[in-house]
Amino acid sequence: MSEPKVQIKNLYKIFGRRPADMVQHIENGMSKPELLDAHGHVLGLNNNNLDIPARGIQVIMGLSGSGKSTLIRHINRLIEPTAGQMIVDGEDVLQMSEATLRDFRRFKASMVFQKFALMPHHTVIENVRYGVDIQGVAAPEAADRAQYWLERVGLKGFEQHYPAQLSGGMQQRVGLARALATDAEILLMDEAFSALDPLIRTDMQNVLLDLQEELHKTIIFITHDLDEALRIGDNIAILRDGKMVQSGNPQDIVLHPADDYVTDFIQDINRARVLQVGTAMTPAKKPCDGPKIPHDTIIEQALQTCVDSHVETATVTKDGKTVGSITMDQMVRAIARPEAVSADDANYR
Amino acid sequence: MASDSIIDWSKLTWIDPPTMGRQDLRDVKKSIDGSFREFTRANGEWIEAIFDPLQSFLVWFEKVMIATPWPLFLIIVAGLAYYGSRSWKLALATVASFLFIGWLDMWEDTMATVAMVSVSTMLCIAFGIPLGVWMSRSDRVQSIVVPILDVMQTIPSFVYLIPVVMLLGIGKAPALIAVMIYAIPPIVRLTNLGIRLVDKDTLEAADAFGASKRERLWGVQIPLALPNIFAGVNQTIMMALAMVVIAAMIGAGGLGTPVLRAVNNQYLALGMFNGLAIVAIAIIFDRVSQAYGKRLQKHREGGHGV
Repeated sequence: MSEPKVQIKNLYKIFGRRPADMVQHIENGMSKPELLDAHGHVLGLNNNNLDIPARGIQVIMGLSGSGKSTLIRHINRLIEPTAGQMIVDGEDVLQMSEATLRDFRRFKASMVFQKFALMPHHTVIENVRYGVDIQGVAAPEAADRAQYWLERVGLKGFEQHYPAQLSGGMQQRVGLARALATDAEILLMDEAFSALDPLIRTDMQNVLLDLQEELHKTIIFITHDLDEALRIGDNIAILRDGKMVQSGNPQDIVLHPADDYVTDFIQDINRARVLQVGTAMTPAKKPCDGPKIPHDTIIEQALQTCVDSHVETATVTKDGKTVGSITMDQMVRAIARPEAVSADDANYR
Repeated sequence: MASDSIIDWSKLTWIDPPTMGRQDLRDVKKSIDGSFREFTRANGEWIEAIFDPLQSFLVWFEKVMIATPWPLFLIIVAGLAYYGSRSWKLALATVASFLFIGWLDMWEDTMATVAMVSVSTMLCIAFGIPLGVWMSRSDRVQSIVVPILDVMQTIPSFVYLIPVVMLLGIGKAPALIAVMIYAIPPIVRLTNLGIRLVDKDTLEAADAFGASKRERLWGVQIPLALPNIFAGVNQTIMMALAMVVIAAMIGAGGLGTPVLRAVNNQYLALGMFNGLAIVAIAIIFDRVSQAYGKRLQKHREGGHGV
């Protein structure tokens, strides 16, 4: 992997009157409740480290209160950290002067918000233009750019509406267009789809994935919804009480949960939709009979292929070459929940 | 022992509370009066010079209004009323009120009052909005200014007429200042409140896109606070009108002067006519400015949906 686009290094955030003095306590192993009881400070982020590669979707997930929204606001410094570094393209955002930071926000990183945060007094098209205007782009070009992105998110014809006249899903399309119009390489999305109902949410995820296929931005996406995380994330980091408990690709997290917390998290997901055949196959050089399936096909799809062609075994390929074979039995076993065993263990204990 | 104590214990009863003594009290009052008089004598001239242009402007404005042919004046006023409220009814009612005022021979006094109220409202806006913006940005400024505004709104107007008259004499400028002291608090308060009430998420979005402080203020805070600011303007106009009679006591002229004459001589009809003229102007100003404020709001809040 090349140099990461965004590097989070030893980042701490503590809320309270004397946060800087509290870092030492945390480094000495004090927990979040202990810190609150003993010193009246709230631990927001605890020694976070994360390398975010360029041009991919990095999901940061956790339950409410885990610090994920705090973390994303450190990337463009809407929140000042207590200690640590936030390195974007080799430059520490947390050391930037006010003017440099403003340029960073204008040109390098744009943001989409959970509650849309559109300007209620501006029309849809004016909202999309907002970031472009602040960049100082000349009016005719700004208008063209705004129009282009408005159409890309499917809101042609709504230019002169006010945000309050649109549904939640449409408002978030405006939010997305506003963020894309600035042409920033980094897109910060803070629970961008959490306020939408499930159908619209899936819809918006598709919009985002389609756009990403063409734009290849570095997207940092916050969510509390694991299905969403697994669906769109190239990498997933899981936060708990301000601490990063696991970080890896979706396969990794489902197959090797780091602790009970993550195990609990992944219990209810649809494994067939996440796991790829490559993780469950038997390595082999020679192709067997049966259809050829790329190694990164999800099991749900592979099962369907096998059923459709009335075979028990399929050949797994990578870049057109055979790398193994997989049986329907293997696939079914892979998607069975491993927790059934651990639940029994728990009963014996 | 009793003689060298501040409180004369032997005379203390449970009926009257302890006092500082008649002699001391008189000395305190005398020294305050004396020092202020001294201050006035030393600084009165240049302070008066500062307010000179204001007085000339007010006098000029009043003369222009009186010199304007009445049909032209009515057309302008009706136009303004319609522009503000988009209501023909209100524009017609405005014309009717002014015709009635003219019919009862109160035209000139009315012009003087309208000029006074307009100028003082403009000045209140010019000073009040920036002050409100400043307050909204700093809790410390707010904690200092709020008690001052409280005093300005509750202290009886006659009390601050005294130093104003001592300093500037009788005339239009001191009257204008007295009106402003009374009328400026609502616009300051509501500007401060309006800006503080602007949605935090919207402001955060402005920050996230790299808006500078100026872009935040003019692009987000002021526009979103505008309905509140406008409520403040409306209140300021109403309070300025409420001061018309009191201001007349120190030379404001206008509709307040005949009212004062009526009080002194028990002229019931004179007092009623002029009082009703003030009410008519107040209602016009209020309805037009409220309709204008509401129109600003409607434009922004959209229609149905979320």
